Amino acid sequence: MKPLLELKNVEAWYGESHVLHGVNMHVAEGEMICILGRNGMGKTTTLRTIMGNLRKRTGEITFAGKDLITTPLHRVAHTGIGYVPEERGIFATLSVEENLMLPPVVAGGGMPLREIYDLFPNLEERRNSPGTKLSGGEQQMLAMARILRTGARCILLDEPTEGLAPVIIQRIGEVLVQLKKRGMTVVLVEQNFRFAAQVADRFYLMDHGQMTAEFPVSELAAQMGMLNRELGV
Amino acid sequence: MIFGIPIQALMGQLLLGLINGSFYALLSLGLAVIFGLLRVINFAHGAQYMLGAFAALLLLQSGGISYWVALALSPLIVGIVAAFVERTMLARLYKLDHLYGLLFTFGLALVIEGTFRYFFGASGKPYPAPAALTGVVNLGFMVLPIYRGWVVVASLVICLSVWALIEKTRLGATLRAATENPVLVQNFGINVPLLLTLTYALGAGLAAIAGVLAAPVYQVSPLMGTQIIIVVFAVVVVGGMGSIMGAIVTGYLLGIAEGLTKVFYPEASNIVIFVIMAIVLILRPAGLFGKDV
Repeated sequence: MKPLLELKNVEAWYGESHVLHGVNMHVAEGEMICILGRNGMGKTTTLRTIMGNLRKRTGEITFAGKDLITTPLHRVAHTGIGYVPEERGIFATLSVEENLMLPPVVAGGGMPLREIYDLFPNLEERRNSPGTKLSGGEQQMLAMARILRTGARCILLDEPTEGLAPVIIQRIGEVLVQLKKRGMTVVLVEQNFRFAAQVADRFYLMDHGQMTAEFPVSELAAQMGMLNRELGV
Repeated sequence: MIFGIPIQALMGQLLLGLINGSFYALLSLGLAVIFGLLRVINFAHGAQYMLGAFAALLLLQSGGISYWVALALSPLIVGIVAAFVERTMLARLYKLDHLYGLLFTFGLALVIEGTFRYFFGASGKPYPAPAALTGVVNLGFMVLPIYRGWVVVASLVICLSVWALIEKTRLGATLRAATENPVLVQNFGINVPLLLTLTYALGAGLAAIAGVLAAPVYQVSPLMGTQIIIVVFAVVVVGGMGSIMGAIVTGYLLGIAEGLTKVFYPEASNIVIFVIMAIVLILRPAGLFGKDV
């Protein structure tokens, strides 16, 4: 089966500095993959390159058969990819509901506002508060909920558990499991692989701008020694 | 008599201040809208105000097109010209230091004003107020020229509408978000370059509306923009760059402050706004309504 999202030999640059050195990756429809790796190895850059934020890039990036390299920045979302950035990207001058309604609907089948509020009751309670007045966990929920509304088929999630309390992390895990049940394709960037192990189907290990290992969740136990060494945990 | 000043004189100057304030508010609102999203200090704003007034004058002279039609048509024309300028020229400068946008719009203003001075001369041309708004009403404590009352009301309605558009609508939320984080807004699938063009056109259109409103009050002249824009920049600095409500409120307040100074100490009336600006800059560098960055 042809993958939904595929990167072939992708190189990318931040100005003059060469940051991705031939990334190869594929994600099937409905699959949840997780990119592991230490800080500064290019995980976030890979997501930003898929979204088109790094314009200086070579190689092939295709999503649902469309070439993303030639797609203008503001058209990438319309191919069906939703992005939840590392810093969450909640807008301070927008209320919670305005934040939620900001991304345009890109395809049918998105979650209606009512359902989103049922899934995240905190957001409904605080719908009129400024977005950044929410707690870190609530902001993460908002950043994810915002993409669910748009009908995106694939969601790029950058370190959703960073800096959050264990009980919130568990809640995010539950949400991810629900998304998977709905057939959502997820690309997860995580340092916390104990969390990722509970939800992801397959793992990539990233090192110095390249994918250096790839294995399914069933091999996770066998790979623990290597991961501990590589991730330094 | 209030503080030894006849109430007629006080009210007269208060009204004059309110009218000047109406223009300050409209113009500084346009500047704030443009600066908020584009981060461009639009020095061409005075020229766009002048273009608005000239468009009304030329529409009247060549086609007999009425004030009321000009009030809609003139901002549309100036807005379209501004959109063209933004797309073909200004948009190329966003990647560079903000100084380039400022220099470009400053140069543009000089070119536009120079061209108009060449063809129309420096002297002002009268523009008649529409028949429905000529005459005066006696309010008892003062005599109010109807057109001046109209300017105040029209400016208030326009300013509040623009404020509501930005603070209360989906489109406004998108504009605010694009001000905070334009790249992420593009990642959500919104065409930010188009938004920038429309915003610049909106700001220029507001200046043109102010120009049409001003045509019957002041005279239509190629220099009318240069004269007012310096004061308007002071208003924006006092209000705080990029604050929509700040620009509006400060516009009216400083207009009134200027008017009252004419009553109590006329010698200072030309500089009072700049004195206030200096004091505000010392005490609150971000402006009265600005957020510290």
